[in-house]
Amino acid sequence: MDAIFEKVKEIIVDQLEAEEDKVTMEASFIDDLEADSLDVVELVMELEDEFDMEIAEEDAESIKTVGDAVNYINSNR
Amino acid sequence: MLTEKVALVTGASRGIGRAIALELAKEGADIVVNYAGNKERAEEVVKEIEEMGRKAISIQADVSDEISVKKMIKDTIKEFNRLDILVNNAGITKDNLIMRMKEKDFDDVINTNLKGVFLCTKAVSRQMMKQRYGRIINMASIVGVSGNPGQANYVAAKAGVIGLTKSTAKELASRNILVNAVAPGFISTDMTAELTNEQKEAMLKMIPLAKLGQPEDIARVVRFLASDDSSYMTGQTLHVDGGMVM
Ligand SMILES: NC(=O)c1ccc[n+]([C@@H]2O[C@H](COP(=O)([O-])OP(=O)(O)OC[C@H]3O[C@@H](n4cnc5c(N)ncnc54)[C@H](OP(=O)(O)O)[C@@H]3O)[C@@H](O)[C@H]2O)c1
Repeated sequence: MDAIFEKVKEIIVDQLEAEEDKVTMEASFIDDLEADSLDVVELVMELEDEFDMEIAEEDAESIKTVGDAVNYINSNR
Repeated sequence: MLTEKVALVTGASRGIGRAIALELAKEGADIVVNYAGNKERAEEVVKEIEEMGRKAISIQADVSDEISVKKMIKDTIKEFNRLDILVNNAGITKDNLIMRMKEKDFDDVINTNLKGVFLCTKAVSRQMMKQRYGRIINMASIVGVSGNPGQANYVAAKAGVIGLTKSTAKELASRNILVNAVAPGFISTDMTAELTNEQKEAMLKMIPLAKLGQPEDIARVVRFLASDDSSYMTGQTLHVDGGMVM
């Protein structure tokens, strides 16, 4: 779980140019990390590639915070 | 020049699509020649491109079928590792007066000419977003702007393509993906060969330049939209119609 969080954090920092300490489990991509909706789509694509998984359109829509992404990856990998 | 660029042209076995494929290859791009059923004609286009010293492959895929479209894009990226230019050119007509038009004729034309553009655009957007580079060029039609009796299905699809072009342009601009459309007038291809002489005469009267266009007239404008010469343009529809609609 921690390892997943660290990896996800690294991708978010890189992709959204977010400050590291703002990337907490509770942080919302759009409200806290200044992402727009296209950024979130791109981020999900990047996570798919990094964790070698496919995230269905319906599931992707429910990923709104860093925690959502970490938990999704943790339980679907 | 389009050296090191990879272009996918849908419906490139004949007519305007073929001319576009050859024109982009002439500028240095490698080409994927998509077709629906005409394998022989597609292979001829591949051969012509290879003779210019460019790489080319043909891929059969019905643009109105999502699974085939996804596979086509996957195969393209597997072969060339990138995809810079998508030309949504595949199109059909099933003309009739509204009173006589069958529901299926309406659906078929919308599915190929409009939904096909959506499916191909969706399928390439991931790769283009990652590249932070893309050019999408959609084949509309001047009748999508002006309307035309006997072509309600076709006109609805082409007007739809113009709207789709604008929305896609706005959605993808921040990722350096430019999306424009070309609206040809009457171009001499298989599609217009079916017209009677009478119909052609009537048409010529509406064209200030007083002649039909050639597929190459469209291909050169597509080449411009695919190149960096048009890098400050997105969401536009260029009329290439001998002045028919101003
Ligand atoms: N000609 C004109 O005056 C004119 C005017 C305005 C706009 N346009 C537009 O320009 C585009 C090209 O027209 P054209 O005159 O060159 O047509 P064309 O000579 O009839 O060629 C049509 C091309 O589209 C392909 N195609 C048809 N349905 C397809 C499908 N479901 N999936 C994949 N490919 C498909 C055909 O492949 P196969 O060879 O395998 O059948 C062929 O390569 C069309 O979008 C048309 O609406 C044409």
